[in-house]
Amino acid sequence: MKTVLEERKSSICGNRDRGISCERESVSGAVSQRACVYCGARVVLNPITDAYHIVHGPIGCASYTWDIRGSLTSGADTFRNSFSTDLRETDIVFGGAKKLTAAIDELMEKTKPSPKLIFIFATCIVGVIGDDVDAVCRSAEAKYGIRVIPVKAPGFAGTKSLGYRLACDAIMNLIRPHAKQHKPQKRFGVNILGDFNLAGEMWIIRGYLEQIGVPVISTITGDSSYKTLLQAPSATLNIVQCAGSSAYLAERMESEFGIKSVKVSFFGVEDTVNSLLNIAEALGRQEIMEKAQKFAEEQALQVLPIIEKYKPHLKGKKAAIFVGGGFKAISLIRQFNELGMEAVVVGTQTGKKDEYEVINSLVNSDAIVLDDANPAELERFMTEKQADILVGGVKERPLAYKLGLAFCDHNHERKHPLAGFEGIENFVKEIYTSINSPVWKYA
Amino acid sequence: MLDLTPKEVKERSALRINPCKTCQPVGAMFAALGVAKCMPHSHGSQGCCSYHRMVLSRHFKEPAVASSSSFTEGASVFGGRSNVNTAVKNIFDMYNPDIIAVHTTCLSETIGDDLNSFIMDMELPSDKLVVHCNTPSYVGSHINGFFNMMMGFMNYLTKKSGTTNGKTAVFPGWVNPGDIRELKRIAKLMKTSTVFFPDQSGVLDAPMSNKYEMYPEGGTKIEEIRGLGDSKNLIALGEIISVEPAELLEKKWKVPFTLLPMPIGVAYTDKYVMALRDTTKVEIPEELEAERGRLVDLMLDSAQYTHGKSVAIFGDPDIVIGLVSLALELGMIPKYVITGTPKEEFTRKVEALFKHYDVEGCKAKANTDLFELHQWIKNERVDLMIGSTYGKQIARAEDIPFIRAGFPVIDRYGGPLQPIVGYEGGVRLVEKITNALMDRFDRDSTDEDFELVL
Repeated sequence: MKTVLEERKSSICGNRDRGISCERESVSGAVSQRACVYCGARVVLNPITDAYHIVHGPIGCASYTWDIRGSLTSGADTFRNSFSTDLRETDIVFGGAKKLTAAIDELMEKTKPSPKLIFIFATCIVGVIGDDVDAVCRSAEAKYGIRVIPVKAPGFAGTKSLGYRLACDAIMNLIRPHAKQHKPQKRFGVNILGDFNLAGEMWIIRGYLEQIGVPVISTITGDSSYKTLLQAPSATLNIVQCAGSSAYLAERMESEFGIKSVKVSFFGVEDTVNSLLNIAEALGRQEIMEKAQKFAEEQALQVLPIIEKYKPHLKGKKAAIFVGGGFKAISLIRQFNELGMEAVVVGTQTGKKDEYEVINSLVNSDAIVLDDANPAELERFMTEKQADILVGGVKERPLAYKLGLAFCDHNHERKHPLAGFEGIENFVKEIYTSINSPVWKYA
Repeated sequence: MLDLTPKEVKERSALRINPCKTCQPVGAMFAALGVAKCMPHSHGSQGCCSYHRMVLSRHFKEPAVASSSSFTEGASVFGGRSNVNTAVKNIFDMYNPDIIAVHTTCLSETIGDDLNSFIMDMELPSDKLVVHCNTPSYVGSHINGFFNMMMGFMNYLTKKSGTTNGKTAVFPGWVNPGDIRELKRIAKLMKTSTVFFPDQSGVLDAPMSNKYEMYPEGGTKIEEIRGLGDSKNLIALGEIISVEPAELLEKKWKVPFTLLPMPIGVAYTDKYVMALRDTTKVEIPEELEAERGRLVDLMLDSAQYTHGKSVAIFGDPDIVIGLVSLALELGMIPKYVITGTPKEEFTRKVEALFKHYDVEGCKAKANTDLFELHQWIKNERVDLMIGSTYGKQIARAEDIPFIRAGFPVIDRYGGPLQPIVGYEGGVRLVEKITNALMDRFDRDSTDEDFELVL
């Protein structure tokens, strides 16, 4: 039994061969861990807490994405419900546009307070059966005087990355007309892009920024709302956390609202400190720079003992990383390095070419780097490289355990924040407890 | 929590809120995982496959392996023939299953891919098989997907040799591995030689071995599926999920079947045991009698806490019908009983139970959602809720004790390893129900009413 398909060989790098083939469709028949265009669009828009996310399509796509991400809210919990048109056979034959219109009407008639923002996610078959989703949205906007934004995200149209892009377009579609009409006054402050407030991480970052004197104007999309999103154009700087999903939005906001952006990552001491300093520098105010430096130093000093405490137990252990985006993989490699651990297998679902270049510069020359890996490949390389722990998402957890590997969930099921200085302690503890679970003795 | 659910119920015809069902393909994938050395294959976009694997992984806490045709824009225009051809070649090359079980998705159904002819034209390695079934996501629910996949296997594989193999086929329906083990144990006690189809025990509760097996030991063997046509008889569990596969086997190969409700609670487990007795003509062993006796004993012991309590039960039709039956045996009032699966037979069966046990003021509804259930509860609350994890938000919003049963349970551990069927499963459920009610009783007691002995 082969574990690597011929077509996949160029998506895997080992040893000195470092040109990776990425940003491609998955190979038919592979047990890919990837999701689809709809999934990408949904996860980015989902944390908008007071939006009504209606999935236009058969029921599955709505049910699988119902409250699946631990995006925390300080306001409405509308987004934690699942809305869909649940298309049936007759709708497929005669078209589903009528049902979509009716669904919007039912929502508008029966919901108090009245919805202000609806996203319509059109899934795989909607385009195929010829529903004019744009027209339905336009007439609903006219009828109710609210925003009804189409997100045409057929699963087959590309990878999850395309879905991210569609979500970013939908956000622009939401904020641009408002900005055009109201010409917002520029205010000193930042938008946080690409943080979805998993386990409250966005709140942590927001707290840091406030402590160094940087007001947060809008968050996209963690713990956001219709009202807060509309504020975004008045910010002076965008800080981009999950670049995979939001770099494109930052580009568009720069060209249309003149907001510069800085890429950040708040995973690990090194990246967190650097990110705070980079934000301060980008804002160009001396007092903030000083505050940031002082704050970062203090905080880093506080977490160093924690790292030192666990380091002896973790030093020399080998980690395998399999996450969605490349930027997060980079942070994780650095974080393992801080702990004296070594990343021996690194894979992403949708990493970009430049990210793979950075990854290759951070790992040892014999590490394995893969794009869009599948369980068989992960198994082979983790075994070959004798990894002790896998960092991944829901589908990888049982695989790791079956192989006798420890596991850390660094995806949307994480139950405690892994970002910022607080997150470092959680991360280190999780790695430590998983590797040292007494249950391994019986396995 | 769920602040927007209004008390006032208005009829909805287009908007589904908080579903109590999902789409066909995940049922097909789950069924196919119950066949030995089988790779379930999703013929559609890769998101489908990914979502289905995710929900199965979350429920069973196990890897759930399946492949995808990974449709692209081109495939959606020109059809998915080349995708499935490449996929099948790659799967046999790389993952080496004995059989690939293809199911369709809304996309491949809508563009009209003809899997029959695609598969007929494939050149397969001599000892390998490909079967398929149609699972349009816009028809029925995941329950349909499950039985459609069963029928897909049977259409392709079953044969009749002319001589009976003396075995009793059992269709266990959509249950957990722990349930299948229990059903098998009872059949063994009844000295019945059985073939369970499908059979996820061993596959989706594989023991820890420090080795990852893509196809863990377990599942109905291909030979066993082939031999279904030679079965002496069939016991089909789940009057809704198993009726079509049972009828197919009868029509195709004249295998007589007994269609039974899911053996949950005393009366329905009795039916299963009696059907086994009718098959083998053996006396019911003392061991099983004693199990039944212990369950009834427990029900009596705890009756003062369960009798007259109202309960909302939701989930998949056959599991729900079984749970309703058990609740009624305990003297509980199954006030609201729903499923998202559009099968009116469900409503009739549940209403018949209401009538049989002479309870009033109870509602049963198929093809509805948890939003409506929540509205009903807001109008008149219940003492207990039983169902999948998706009831959790309602239970919290309304502060109602909640027991998890059915599919999916994605926020608790250990459930799939244990049965809810059979007398033993009955003991487990009665303990859960009583404990949930008594924990609540203790919580709500004032200090002067709070007692050690209950």
